[in-house]
Amino acid sequence: MSYTDFLRQYGDRFWDGTLITAQQFLLASLLAIAIALLAGLMKLSRNRLIRGIAVVYIEIFRGTSLLVQLYWIFFVLPLFGLTLAKFTAGFVAVGMNLGAYGAELVRGGIQSVPKGQWEAAYALSMSPARRMWRIILPQAFVNMLPPWGNLLIELLKNTALVALISVSDLMFEAKQINGTTFLSAQTFGTALIIYYVLARFIVTPFMRWLERVMRRKLGRA
Amino acid sequence: MGFNWNWAFTWEILPKLLHATLNTLMAAGFGYAIALVLGMVFALAQRTPYWALTKVVREVVEFIRSTPLILQIFFVYYVGPQFGLKLGPWTAGMIAIGLHYSAYLSEVYRGGLESVAKGQWEACTALNLSTRDTYLRIVIPQAIPPALAGMGNYLVGIFKDTPMLSVIGVAELMHTANAIGSSSYRYLEPYTLVGIIFLAISLPTAALIRVFEGYVRRKLGLK
Repeated sequence: MSYTDFLRQYGDRFWDGTLITAQQFLLASLLAIAIALLAGLMKLSRNRLIRGIAVVYIEIFRGTSLLVQLYWIFFVLPLFGLTLAKFTAGFVAVGMNLGAYGAELVRGGIQSVPKGQWEAAYALSMSPARRMWRIILPQAFVNMLPPWGNLLIELLKNTALVALISVSDLMFEAKQINGTTFLSAQTFGTALIIYYVLARFIVTPFMRWLERVMRRKLGRA
Repeated sequence: MGFNWNWAFTWEILPKLLHATLNTLMAAGFGYAIALVLGMVFALAQRTPYWALTKVVREVVEFIRSTPLILQIFFVYYVGPQFGLKLGPWTAGMIAIGLHYSAYLSEVYRGGLESVAKGQWEACTALNLSTRDTYLRIVIPQAIPPALAGMGNYLVGIFKDTPMLSVIGVAELMHTANAIGSSSYRYLEPYTLVGIIFLAISLPTAALIRVFEGYVRRKLGLK
């Protein structure tokens, strides 16, 4: 079978898989950003208990493998009465894992905002919440965008693991097609190229664009 | 079945899991050794005067870094037989994980190499050192300390990625836990223990790497 025939026959399934991968990526990204923000702020808290919770969360999720976390969430959580559908379990595991890495970026980003900014906000008698939301976070956000670009690429790659709990993403479809055709080079090669295109020509340019827009908004262009 | 922790079962499976931990460590060690060497090759290949070589290696590194490791593992394992080259799970796994991390390490090395002051290169030229001596005796020794932090992170990273090798049947921790789970229908203990074993190894390793990094920097008189 020529490669064009192969694509004609299996193109639809690659496309379906890519759509599921895209959904997993978007949902996991949103979750990761929310968790990173929360855990990152908690780690900067003055309250020991709050800081402790964030540290434990971050260390557990950064200290073990995503695959272990994924299996734990999918196979063990139901024993505690919390059963997640495989699709949900997939993006929740990926989001929680990358959120722990993101929390360190948030913490670093906030700490990189010059001290004068904090003092100025204090002098203007802003409330702590308002100071964080209006003054500190926007500047921290711009500072941490470049590493977030890398993190989102990692996240995209990690969504491939959800195939192991049978979420029918791109990786899963590739495995299935390989199982029936045994055309491994074509199948896995095509999937590799699709992931590459998603990372290099969609996620990366989007992050670059966001960096430019945000810098302009803060008058740093 | 159930959420009650079974200690008798725990003691029964723990030796098996600890034995599999050795395989996990071995996989991480081999994979890292490959990555350390190949990463340097990738980094140096991007510094040759041959424009095309630099460009090609750059793209290869980008490609490896932007695609999932799990897919690369499948690719290496299954594509060989299609062309008559049968690789065992260990060989295929080590090639895939070694190649994947060599792309990451080449970036770390590249940063290190670029941080070597220009005067060092000029001094080597002035002393008429060969390219080989310049790299081996002057540049690389100075490029390594700033790269140590990144190198250490990827050592822990490769260790945490070894569970992916279970998909092609490398008998490491995750593979063993899966086997225990599917034969006993108990998932709580094996998966939780795997998590604890990973934490027990990766957290102290990360701390040790920090200490080692500080030690090397002090030894070399760097701050």
